[in-house]
Amino acid sequence: MSDLLHTPLHDLHVELGAKMVPFAGYAMPVQYPMGVMNEHTHTREKAGLFDVSHMGQVIIEGSNFETVALELEKLIPVDILGLAENRQRYGFFTNAAGGIMDDLMLANRGDHVFMVVNAGCKDPDIAHLKSNLTGLTVSEIQNRALLALQGPAAERVLGALNPMAANMRFMDVATISLAGAECWVSRSGYTGEDGYEISVPSDQAVALATELLSHVDVEPIGLGARDSLRLEGGLCLYGHDIDTQTTPIQASLNWAIQKVRRTGGDRSGGFPGADVILAELANGASQKRVGLRPDGRAPMREGVQLFAGLDDEMPIGNITSGGFGPTVGGPITMGYVPIEYTAQGTAIFGELRGKRQPLTVMALPFVPSNFKR
Amino acid sequence: MKYTEEHEWLRLEDAIVVVGITEHATTQLGDIVFVELPDVGTTVVKDEEIVVIESVKAASDIMAPIDGEIVEVNEALNDNPSQVNEDAIGAGWFFKIKPSDPSQMDGYMDEAAYNAFIG
Repeated sequence: MSDLLHTPLHDLHVELGAKMVPFAGYAMPVQYPMGVMNEHTHTREKAGLFDVSHMGQVIIEGSNFETVALELEKLIPVDILGLAENRQRYGFFTNAAGGIMDDLMLANRGDHVFMVVNAGCKDPDIAHLKSNLTGLTVSEIQNRALLALQGPAAERVLGALNPMAANMRFMDVATISLAGAECWVSRSGYTGEDGYEISVPSDQAVALATELLSHVDVEPIGLGARDSLRLEGGLCLYGHDIDTQTTPIQASLNWAIQKVRRTGGDRSGGFPGADVILAELANGASQKRVGLRPDGRAPMREGVQLFAGLDDEMPIGNITSGGFGPTVGGPITMGYVPIEYTAQGTAIFGELRGKRQPLTVMALPFVPSNFKR
Repeated sequence: MKYTEEHEWLRLEDAIVVVGITEHATTQLGDIVFVELPDVGTTVVKDEEIVVIESVKAASDIMAPIDGEIVEVNEALNDNPSQVNEDAIGAGWFFKIKPSDPSQMDGYMDEAAYNAFIG
């Protein structure tokens, strides 16, 4: 793994006994000695600390926030102008066909926008921003690590380091001091739990992580549990559940496109693929992402083909994420099916090792979200 | 006890061979969440894939280490697959096989050789 990039926490992961694997060009911890199942459960019950420093942190600056917001709205179909200062929102870049180029988080930081994008997409994302935004400066932040502290104990743990953290609400963003470091903190995450994402100067990241891990309720959590937590939370993994071939409407991400950007809104359209996406919003998409629960105990994973009946020759769709949900206590999956199979309770089949096994369409998330709204 | 390079263990009990996977294998696989066992009465051939193990990470196959007939499977694993992680060489056994050629066991490693093999 010598040609892999290291995050500022790399040596700490190794010291903690992590099993390191290549992920998006980085050596990342997939699990610690506790194991995926226990790490998952610990995060749901107490708090888990995740290293997400591989993700891209980007600052977009212009003469003022309004200028930046209006320019970004040409690439992202969400209400950025209406985002209050120090508030964060989920969004995505779309392409001319209405497909998703990447999903992201963006925050109004007063005089600039702070954006977090997926590790595997950060270079193309930054190129996309630079080549399409007029009069703005796009800079990748390379001297900061990104930590996520997730779980019901996160507020208590971070609040003990700085009471301001405990006062934040879901999707609030603030610059606060933690263990002597100036941190950019958002109350958000990707596990379905309450928690924080913390951008910390690289040279202070190990000290902050060590401080957080010294709390009896905090354990380090690897990518394995991060995946099962986000799957139970019904959250999309870019490159699997969403990609350039899926539109936000097909991906059941309609909620992320505010009224002001829809047909009839003050700033309707004006983003790549608006014709496709707005038409799907009005008329419905032909296929949708749904939650699917295998009736049996065997996990079904990405790539498993879905069928309407036991004997049908043609698949109706496929699973895009799947595995075992430790909190659910059984296998769970997400996948795409034609619109007529999306009603909750619809019974379909997945072909596993040559045998058709029943699955049931379920509401997402599989585990109720626990956000501090 | 004999060991295969596929990290299975074989224990001869009254002319029946009990088969499971080693603790080393369970550590590599991670938390096991599902085990698909063969049907009792099935005749199996050495190297035939007869068990599917699903861990939180991935699916893997276990092959029949010898020729013979499956005479019993560990039904407890259907409800409690984590027994494989908890007690790999005891309660985590997979199946019992009546060997058609017990000498096939001879080619496998003993404990010292297996420990050297996994380093």
